[in-house]
Amino acid sequence: MARAFTPKVVTANDLLDGDVIYLTKNGDWSRKHGAAHLLTIEDEANQWLAKAEAQQEMLVGAYLADASLDDDGKPAPIHFREAFRAKGPSNYPNHGKQAEL
Amino acid sequence: MYIYSDFDAEFVRSRVKQFRSQVERRIDGSLTEDEFKPLRLMNGLYLQLHAYMLRVAVPYGTLDAPKMRKLADIADKWDKGYGHFTTRQNIQFNWPLLKDVPDILDALADVEMHAIQTSGNCIRNVTADHFSGAAADEIEDPRPTAELIRQWSTDHPEFAFLPRKFKVAVTGSPNDRAVTKAHDIGLRMVRNDAGEAGYEVIIGGGLGRTPMIGKILRDFLPKADLLPYLEAVLRMYNLHGRRDNKYKARTKILVHETGLETLRGWVEEAFIEHKSSHESPSEALVARIESAFTPPPLDTNIMDFSSLDKKIADDPILRSWVEVNTDEHKNPNYTIVTISLKPIGGTPGDASSSQMRVMADLAERYGHNELRVSHEQNVILPHVRRDDLPAVHAELKKAGLATANVGLISDIIACPGMDYCALATARSIPIAQEIAERFEDMKQARDIGPLKIKISGCINACGHHHVGHIGILGLDKAGVESYQITLGGDGTENATIGQRTGPGFGADDVVSAIERIVDCYMDLREGPDETFLKSYQRTGADPYKIALYGENARVESLKETVNAA
Repeated sequence: MARAFTPKVVTANDLLDGDVIYLTKNGDWSRKHGAAHLLTIEDEANQWLAKAEAQQEMLVGAYLADASLDDDGKPAPIHFREAFRAKGPSNYPNHGKQAEL
Repeated sequence: MYIYSDFDAEFVRSRVKQFRSQVERRIDGSLTEDEFKPLRLMNGLYLQLHAYMLRVAVPYGTLDAPKMRKLADIADKWDKGYGHFTTRQNIQFNWPLLKDVPDILDALADVEMHAIQTSGNCIRNVTADHFSGAAADEIEDPRPTAELIRQWSTDHPEFAFLPRKFKVAVTGSPNDRAVTKAHDIGLRMVRNDAGEAGYEVIIGGGLGRTPMIGKILRDFLPKADLLPYLEAVLRMYNLHGRRDNKYKARTKILVHETGLETLRGWVEEAFIEHKSSHESPSEALVARIESAFTPPPLDTNIMDFSSLDKKIADDPILRSWVEVNTDEHKNPNYTIVTISLKPIGGTPGDASSSQMRVMADLAERYGHNELRVSHEQNVILPHVRRDDLPAVHAELKKAGLATANVGLISDIIACPGMDYCALATARSIPIAQEIAERFEDMKQARDIGPLKIKISGCINACGHHHVGHIGILGLDKAGVESYQITLGGDGTENATIGQRTGPGFGADDVVSAIERIVDCYMDLREGPDETFLKSYQRTGADPYKIALYGENARVESLKETVNAA
């Protein structure tokens, strides 16, 4: 039996600097996971992904990543890989997104 | 140091120009990512988790002061002020912007460096013993051989699309510091009965998901036959290597599935056929390459070091550093200094731009302008006069580069892992940092003695965990970082793949597990002369399994013995 769909966000890397980006509700891109559009319906998620994949001129490697709402009601990563992507490298707390958190 | 010919310089510049145009076309939307990706990878540009990463080739790990300074300038101007030295003797920059990469490549070309063939299914950067040209046990300097292979393999049209990547390592010493048995081709300089230097050719070594120790393809290959023979090997690999499954495409699988004898037959036949038509490199070219590696003018007079020895003996910090971080040079007036890039709690292999400049200055002032990057992620000053050691140590200390831990428990190899790498399944760096911190007492580390811990953040094994005395492999186990431990690996001429101890440990438990292994060794060893590896080879894995998993492991072990009987 196919596994039940779980909520996702659309994520990719920015073409120019490679930074992790997330698709927002407005259809633009944010560098913050919390600003991502949490997609709870599978068909919709696939449609948003297709829209992202069509934006080749500004991003690389769009995909759907599991996410859920955190205590503040914002989308948060589930898998540790996505958590690292949303934050930055653990050996330099002043590098990557965490520098601005 | 090899100096580029006009051809080399023009070739590298023309590649930069091509890539500049390719980057422009990617940014303006003329090229899709599918079109651009193979082009950027051919120029060493990867996309990692958080940013692009540029992998710069350091041929056979050899640098001089201007090259090192240029790397520092690149780190400052286009990156975050540091670089990461890798287990392939290369350097990686973790934060370049796409638009800047052509400028970085032009800056590299200014000092005769590039990033070509640091990715892709081609012949990669040729690695060599990091003590080459200086080691007391050396038959010949392996770097002229490595440079000849570099020239032959660069942009070689027949071998640009191999079944998979192809790695060559060369050592000129019987004590193998280049891990030749874990490469597609390992070349070990040997002498035949007539006293002539040639190569023992090893094929099919490799780590990754299917680790294998290389096998001897040829006992003795005369030096003059090197290129036609390598061409025969590559041709057979290109023809017969598997292309249906990337996990079975390396030479190790070809050797395993074809059998060494059959493969040897193919290679010898191709070699004979090829040798007659192959245009050997001209004597002038070979002479030009060899002259680039002429040993520096070292003082051969008998020197009195008694006052130096007293000075070292009277200064415990200096003494400890000299004892741990220097090795025997072929000229007794000199020594080989290994600069540890493993400060306690630091990132293995990282050097800041200011540290790079200090290393460049020291090479110029005290080291005949020579530097080497080791696959163990340290930097070597190969020719330091012994009486300059106190001055070198003082400068290194000021720069935070005087950690006296080379070859000890905190001198850990770690791949970038999931802090950077898109392929990783778990992090490596924080585990290395935590182990080093747990064993930061240098007296304790010296009591434990030589111990190589190697950590990889995925089965591709860039951290060489299979050949670590203690190997650690980070995996994703149902959404949680999990670390498998192997014991008894060895990357030397006695190369051995480590054995798995059992179930993995969580990120919070793995360092305590390493501590239990070390405690177990200290209890078991017959004396300080019995190193961890020797002791493990004597006792086997059982006591370590009990130390790691408790008495249940003893019951399991007994069951295995009964079942086997």
